Amino acid sequence: MAARLISFIALIGLWQIAAHFGDPRLLPGPMAVFAAMRLEAASGALFVALGITLARVAAAFVLAMAAGSAIGYAMGRSALFDRVADPWIIVLLNLPALVIIVLAYIWVGLNEAAAIGAVALNKLPITVVTIREGVRALDARLDEMARVFGFSPLTRLNHVVAPQLAPFFAAATRAGLSLVWKIVLVVELMGRPNGVGFEINVAFQLFDVPLLLAYALPFTAIMLIIETLVVQPFERHVSRWRPRAA
Amino acid sequence: MSPVGDRARLEARVAGKSLLSASGQRVPVIADLSFALEEGETGALIGPSGCGKSTLMRILAGLDRNFEGKVHVPAGGRIGMAFQEPRLLPWRSVEDNVRLAAPEASDEEVATLFAALGLSEHRTHFPGELSVGLARRAALARAFAVRPTLLLLDEPFVSLDAPLARQMQRDLARLVESRSMITVLVTHDVDEAIALADRIFVLSARPAHVIGEIRVESPRSAMSGEESRSLAARIEVLRQSG
Repeated sequence: MAARLISFIALIGLWQIAAHFGDPRLLPGPMAVFAAMRLEAASGALFVALGITLARVAAAFVLAMAAGSAIGYAMGRSALFDRVADPWIIVLLNLPALVIIVLAYIWVGLNEAAAIGAVALNKLPITVVTIREGVRALDARLDEMARVFGFSPLTRLNHVVAPQLAPFFAAATRAGLSLVWKIVLVVELMGRPNGVGFEINVAFQLFDVPLLLAYALPFTAIMLIIETLVVQPFERHVSRWRPRAA
Repeated sequence: MSPVGDRARLEARVAGKSLLSASGQRVPVIADLSFALEEGETGALIGPSGCGKSTLMRILAGLDRNFEGKVHVPAGGRIGMAFQEPRLLPWRSVEDNVRLAAPEASDEEVATLFAALGLSEHRTHFPGELSVGLARRAALARAFAVRPTLLLLDEPFVSLDAPLARQMQRDLARLVESRSMITVLVTHDVDEAIALADRIFVLSARPAHVIGEIRVESPRSAMSGEESRSLAARIEVLRQSG
């Protein structure tokens, strides 16, 4: 923890030094960014933008995880479905995010559904592939045990399958969250009238780097906090039965 | 003699069962194997390793329906099984493992079982924290907790050291005798079969069939060393003839 903190302070220090020697218009120092942040916070605009973007991240993330887990599970369980769906997944995996976003805006329109759908679609194939790996790694011997003892489908899911998939689910969550929030900014920049991505675009038009960072950094901080306070504790919780490494 | 189809009777007739080898060839594993057990009886299947005993257990458990023949299991159909490996859910405590398999078991029943198997202090432990012997005991507790009409034990003491195996055999014998169920025990240990079974079925090498059946007269606890040695000798003769 101490090492992390020192490393973080060193990063700020380096930033301060670089800003001191560089062009303040291109790279404002931490204090200038902080001042811009305070101004945006005072007007409330910063919180509105953060709230809207977080809501989009949450919607796209939940959508992609739910659909991706279901499809991944089905593909892991059924060889036929796996063969049928696999080419689609590969196409989706290799389609650039930008192409999906532009097509979604063209086909669905410049609206919220297109924006969230496009982000979810970018995240979906990675979830599918991760969960499918998890399902393929399910222990057949435990499956047999559950059959012999007549476990109900719900008991099987909660106590036999879910704990085995939890690490894969956590990996998909971790990879997914960072991917989703980055793509959400792009979607907002291209076709939404609000949110952090939109504000960053405004800052770009004005060539206002302090404003740009004033929006980007708090949002990054929030995602880091979610990762530390939600994702990591979840991972620890689901792996608490594993004997600890010394 | 109870008629076929009686409630508490296990009757297995496996005319043929083959498995696919890695090279894709069909290997016959069981051929013309049949045996029957009445309520309250324990049958031991003993035979050379790899003779198809575990395959037969999977058929009895209903895990493998792809065979020729017919298996009639006791009505009620509650099966308790101890696999060769404990097969406990590593992410659930010992007690949860038992309760998930036997949701109807009362607190008292579970406590009695844990006491009988020496697990009382380990009920909150995760399986990964248990020794092999304790994990096998937990698997036995789970099999008993469902109050099975058919109890299947697939080499439950294999890979345990001899004193521990003897101790667990005694605990198991007490539990088996306190219930009126049908027990099938797979083993390659003649002494274990004599200690636990009412009937011993000696199996041939692959493809497995029953070479001979030996009845063990109860009560086993009163059996003299000489009697058990003569039984062991008879079993040995049968095994040689196979």
